[in-house]
Amino acid sequence: MADFKVSSREQGQVRIIDVRGYLDAHTAPELENEFNKLIDNEQFKVVVNFNDLNYISSAGLGVFMAYVETMREHNGDIKFSNLKDDVYNIFDLLGFPVLYEFYDKEEDAIVKYNQ
Amino acid sequence: MKIKENIENKELIVNSSTDNLSEVRTFVQAMWNSYGYDEKKGRSVVISVDEACTNIIKHAYHFDTNGIIKIKVKSKKNKFIVKITDTGSHFDPNQIPEPNIPERQKSKKGGGLGIYLMKKLMDEVKYSNKGKKNELILVKYLN
Repeated sequence: MADFKVSSREQGQVRIIDVRGYLDAHTAPELENEFNKLIDNEQFKVVVNFNDLNYISSAGLGVFMAYVETMREHNGDIKFSNLKDDVYNIFDLLGFPVLYEFYDKEEDAIVKYNQ
Repeated sequence: MKIKENIENKELIVNSSTDNLSEVRTFVQAMWNSYGYDEKKGRSVVISVDEACTNIIKHAYHFDTNGIIKIKVKSKKNKFIVKITDTGSHFDPNQIPEPNIPERQKSKKGGGLGIYLMKKLMDEVKYSNKGKKNELILVKYLN
Protein backbone atom coordinates (compact mmCIF):
# COMPACT_ATOMS: atom_id res chain seq x y z
CA MET A 1 0.00 0.00 0.00
CA ALA A 2 1.15 3.49 -0.79
CA ASP A 3 2.13 5.06 2.46
CA PHE A 4 1.81 8.82 2.53
CA LYS A 5 1.11 11.25 5.32
CA VAL A 6 0.72 15.00 5.26
CA SER A 7 0.28 17.38 8.17
CA SER A 8 0.92 21.04 8.82
CA ARG A 9 2.07 23.18 11.73
CA GLU A 10 2.48 26.86 12.56
CA GLN A 11 5.86 28.53 12.82
CA GLY A 12 5.15 32.22 13.45
CA GLN A 13 3.58 33.58 10.26
CA VAL A 14 4.74 30.59 8.25
CA ARG A 15 2.90 27.33 7.77
CA ILE A 16 5.09 24.22 7.56
CA ILE A 17 3.75 21.23 5.62
CA ASP A 18 5.41 17.94 6.55
CA VAL A 19 5.19 15.24 3.89
CA ARG A 20 6.12 11.63 4.62
CA GLY A 21 6.44 8.46 2.58
CA TYR A 22 5.43 8.15 -1.06
CA LEU A 23 3.85 10.98 -3.05
CA ASP A 24 2.35 9.73 -6.33
CA ALA A 25 -0.82 10.08 -8.41
CA HIS A 26 -2.69 8.08 -5.77
CA THR A 27 -1.64 10.17 -2.78
CA ALA A 28 -1.32 13.64 -4.39
CA PRO A 29 -5.00 14.51 -3.65
CA GLU A 30 -4.17 14.40 0.09
CA LEU A 31 -1.58 17.12 -0.45
CA GLU A 32 -4.09 19.12 -2.52
CA ASN A 33 -6.51 18.96 0.42
CA GLU A 34 -3.83 20.36 2.71
CA PHE A 35 -3.22 23.31 0.35
CA ASN A 36 -6.96 23.93 0.05
CA LYS A 37 -7.19 24.14 3.86
CA LEU A 38 -4.33 26.68 3.98
CA ILE A 39 -5.98 28.82 1.31
CA ASP A 40 -9.33 28.69 3.16
CA ASN A 41 -7.49 29.91 6.27
CA GLU A 42 -5.65 32.58 4.23
CA GLN A 43 -2.25 31.12 5.07
CA PHE A 44 -0.11 31.77 2.04
CA LYS A 45 3.45 31.58 3.38
CA VAL A 46 4.33 27.92 3.11
CA VAL A 47 7.43 25.79 3.61
CA VAL A 48 7.19 22.15 2.58
CA ASN A 49 9.55 20.01 4.65
CA PHE A 50 10.53 16.88 2.68
CA ASN A 51 12.67 15.32 5.42
CA ASP A 52 10.61 12.12 5.60
CA LEU A 53 9.56 11.92 1.93
CA ASN A 54 11.10 8.92 0.18
CA TYR A 55 9.53 9.18 -3.25
CA ILE A 56 7.89 11.73 -5.53
CA SER A 57 6.44 11.34 -9.02
CA SER A 58 5.35 14.13 -11.35
CA ALA A 59 1.86 14.04 -9.82
CA GLY A 60 3.38 15.43 -6.62
CA LEU A 61 5.21 18.20 -8.47
CA GLY A 62 1.95 19.04 -10.23
CA VAL A 63 0.35 19.93 -6.90
CA PHE A 64 2.94 22.65 -6.24
CA MET A 65 2.52 23.98 -9.80
CA ALA A 66 -1.23 24.27 -9.29
CA TYR A 67 -1.02 26.18 -5.99
CA VAL A 68 2.13 28.33 -6.05
CA GLU A 69 0.59 31.16 -8.08
CA THR A 70 -2.25 31.59 -5.56
CA MET A 71 0.29 31.81 -2.73
CA ARG A 72 2.43 34.34 -4.60
CA GLU A 73 -0.58 36.49 -5.48
CA HIS A 74 -1.18 36.84 -1.74
CA ASN A 75 2.36 37.85 -0.84
CA GLY A 76 3.29 34.29 0.04
CA ASP A 77 5.14 31.44 -1.63
CA ILE A 78 5.84 27.71 -1.50
CA LYS A 79 9.44 27.09 -0.46
CA PHE A 80 11.03 23.66 -0.15
CA SER A 81 13.41 22.26 2.46
CA ASN A 82 15.18 19.08 3.60
CA LEU A 83 14.96 17.14 0.31
CA LYS A 84 16.72 13.81 -0.08
CA ASP A 85 18.99 13.65 -3.16
CA ASP A 86 16.66 11.31 -5.09
CA VAL A 87 13.68 13.56 -4.53
CA TYR A 88 15.60 16.75 -5.39
CA ASN A 89 16.83 15.09 -8.57
CA ILE A 90 13.26 14.85 -9.90
CA PHE A 91 12.62 18.56 -9.23
CA ASP A 92 15.95 19.35 -10.85
CA LEU A 93 15.27 17.32 -14.00
CA LEU A 94 12.05 19.25 -14.54
CA GLY A 95 13.68 22.64 -14.04
CA PHE A 96 12.04 23.54 -10.73
CA PRO A 97 15.16 25.08 -9.10
CA VAL A 98 14.74 28.22 -11.23
CA LEU A 99 11.05 28.48 -10.34
CA TYR A 100 11.17 27.72 -6.61
CA GLU A 101 13.47 28.28 -3.64
CA PHE A 102 15.09 25.18 -2.15
CA TYR A 103 16.79 25.13 1.26
CA ASP A 104 18.82 22.54 3.13
CA LYS A 105 17.08 23.38 6.39
CA GLU A 106 13.54 24.41 7.27
CA GLU A 107 14.83 27.30 9.42
CA ASP A 108 16.60 28.84 6.41
CA ALA A 109 13.35 28.89 4.45
CA ILE A 110 11.46 30.45 7.39
CA VAL A 111 14.12 33.16 7.79
CA LYS A 112 13.55 34.12 4.14
CA TYR A 113 9.93 34.98 4.91
CA ASN A 114 10.94 37.06 7.91
CA GLN A 115 13.44 39.22 6.03
CA MET B 1 -4.89 -5.23 -5.89
CA LYS B 2 -2.66 -7.12 -8.25
CA ILE B 3 -4.41 -9.60 -10.48
CA LYS B 4 -1.43 -11.74 -11.23
CA GLU B 5 2.23 -11.68 -10.47
CA ASN B 6 4.50 -14.20 -12.12
CA ILE B 7 8.03 -13.69 -10.89
CA GLU B 8 9.40 -16.48 -13.07
CA ASN B 9 7.96 -14.82 -16.18
CA LYS B 10 8.92 -11.40 -14.83
CA GLU B 11 5.37 -10.23 -15.35
CA LEU B 12 2.81 -8.28 -13.32
CA ILE B 13 -0.81 -7.70 -14.25
CA VAL B 14 -2.85 -5.09 -12.36
CA ASN B 15 -6.12 -3.24 -12.71
CA SER B 16 -5.91 0.35 -13.91
CA SER B 17 -6.13 2.01 -10.50
CA THR B 18 -3.70 4.48 -8.94
CA ASP B 19 -4.11 2.28 -5.85
CA ASN B 20 -1.82 -0.21 -7.61
CA LEU B 21 1.06 2.18 -8.32
CA SER B 22 2.95 1.15 -5.19
CA GLU B 23 2.57 -2.50 -6.21
CA VAL B 24 3.97 -1.66 -9.66
CA ARG B 25 6.95 0.18 -8.16
CA THR B 26 7.76 -2.67 -5.76
CA PHE B 27 7.62 -5.17 -8.65
CA VAL B 28 9.88 -3.15 -10.97
CA GLN B 29 12.45 -2.48 -8.24
CA ALA B 30 12.47 -6.20 -7.29
CA MET B 31 12.96 -7.21 -10.94
CA TRP B 32 15.79 -4.71 -11.32
CA ASN B 33 17.44 -5.94 -8.11
CA SER B 34 17.07 -9.58 -9.24
CA TYR B 35 19.61 -8.89 -11.98
CA GLY B 36 22.01 -7.54 -9.38
CA TYR B 37 22.11 -4.06 -10.89
CA ASP B 38 22.89 -0.95 -8.85
CA GLU B 39 19.76 -0.27 -6.82
CA LYS B 40 19.98 3.49 -7.14
CA LYS B 41 20.04 3.45 -10.95
CA GLY B 42 16.90 1.31 -10.86
CA ARG B 43 14.96 4.11 -9.20
CA SER B 44 14.76 6.06 -12.45
CA VAL B 45 13.21 3.01 -14.12
CA VAL B 46 10.76 2.63 -11.22
CA ILE B 47 9.57 6.23 -11.47
CA SER B 48 9.29 5.99 -15.28
CA VAL B 49 7.06 2.92 -15.06
CA ASP B 50 4.98 4.72 -12.40
CA GLU B 51 4.58 7.69 -14.80
CA ALA B 52 3.71 5.39 -17.73
CA CYS B 53 1.05 3.53 -15.70
CA THR B 54 -0.36 6.81 -14.34
CA ASN B 55 -0.76 8.00 -17.94
CA ILE B 56 -2.47 4.77 -18.96
CA ILE B 57 -4.88 5.06 -16.01
CA LYS B 58 -5.70 8.68 -16.91
CA HIS B 59 -5.53 8.81 -20.69
CA ALA B 60 -6.07 5.25 -21.94
CA TYR B 61 -8.65 4.08 -19.39
CA HIS B 62 -9.95 7.50 -18.28
CA PHE B 63 -9.88 6.40 -14.61
CA ASP B 64 -11.99 3.29 -15.26
CA THR B 65 -10.41 0.87 -12.77
CA ASN B 66 -11.57 -2.23 -14.69
CA GLY B 67 -8.83 -1.82 -17.29
CA ILE B 68 -5.84 -4.14 -17.34
CA ILE B 69 -2.20 -3.09 -17.33
CA LYS B 70 0.44 -5.70 -18.05
CA ILE B 71 4.09 -5.08 -17.20
CA LYS B 72 6.80 -7.40 -18.44
CA VAL B 73 10.49 -7.02 -17.78
CA LYS B 74 13.58 -8.40 -19.45
CA SER B 75 17.25 -7.60 -19.60
CA LYS B 76 19.66 -8.39 -22.41
CA LYS B 77 22.63 -6.91 -24.20
CA ASN B 78 23.25 -4.31 -21.52
CA LYS B 79 19.68 -3.08 -21.66
CA PHE B 80 16.88 -3.27 -19.11
CA ILE B 81 13.59 -3.34 -20.98
CA VAL B 82 10.07 -2.83 -19.61
CA LYS B 83 7.09 -3.57 -21.84
CA ILE B 84 3.78 -2.10 -20.68
CA THR B 85 0.58 -3.04 -22.46
CA ASP B 86 -3.02 -1.91 -22.10
CA THR B 87 -6.22 -2.10 -24.14
CA GLY B 88 -7.53 1.41 -23.51
CA SER B 89 -7.72 4.39 -25.88
CA HIS B 90 -4.67 4.87 -28.06
CA PHE B 91 -2.28 7.25 -26.40
CA ASP B 92 1.14 7.92 -27.85
CA PRO B 93 3.32 9.74 -25.31
CA ASN B 94 5.71 10.76 -28.07
CA GLN B 95 2.99 13.00 -29.52
CA ILE B 96 2.73 15.10 -26.35
CA PRO B 97 4.71 18.36 -26.53
CA GLU B 98 7.18 19.41 -23.87
CA PRO B 99 5.31 21.22 -21.07
CA ASN B 100 5.78 24.93 -20.49
CA ILE B 101 5.98 24.80 -16.70
CA PRO B 102 6.00 28.58 -15.94
CA GLU B 103 2.96 29.04 -18.19
CA ARG B 104 1.05 26.16 -16.62
CA GLN B 105 1.86 27.55 -13.17
CA LYS B 106 0.51 30.99 -14.09
CA SER B 107 -2.77 29.40 -15.11
CA LYS B 108 -2.77 27.34 -11.88
CA LYS B 109 -2.54 24.02 -13.62
CA GLY B 110 -0.57 21.03 -12.46
CA GLY B 111 0.17 17.96 -14.49
CA GLY B 112 1.55 17.33 -17.94
CA LEU B 113 5.01 16.50 -16.59
CA GLY B 114 4.95 12.71 -16.49
CA ILE B 115 5.87 11.94 -20.08
CA TYR B 116 8.56 14.59 -20.14
CA LEU B 117 10.08 13.12 -16.96
CA MET B 118 9.86 9.58 -18.32
CA LYS B 119 11.72 10.63 -21.47
CA LYS B 120 14.40 12.36 -19.41
CA LEU B 121 14.95 9.30 -17.21
CA MET B 122 14.87 6.57 -19.87
CA ASP B 123 17.16 6.05 -22.87
CA GLU B 124 14.36 4.91 -25.20
CA VAL B 125 10.57 5.36 -25.10
CA LYS B 126 8.76 3.54 -27.91
CA TYR B 127 5.00 3.37 -28.44
CA SER B 128 3.06 1.25 -30.86
CA ASN B 129 -0.53 0.12 -31.17
CA LYS B 130 -1.38 -3.31 -32.35
CA GLY B 131 -5.08 -3.64 -32.96
CA LYS B 132 -6.74 -2.96 -29.63
CA LYS B 133 -3.48 -3.16 -27.76
CA ASN B 134 -1.18 -0.28 -26.85
CA GLU B 135 2.39 -1.21 -26.22
CA LEU B 136 4.95 1.03 -24.57
CA ILE B 137 8.56 -0.03 -24.36
CA LEU B 138 10.92 1.69 -21.95
CA VAL B 139 14.63 0.98 -22.23
CA LYS B 140 17.43 1.84 -19.82
CA TYR B 141 21.01 1.31 -20.96
CA LEU B 142 23.15 -0.33 -18.33
CA ASN B 143 26.46 1.20 -19.38
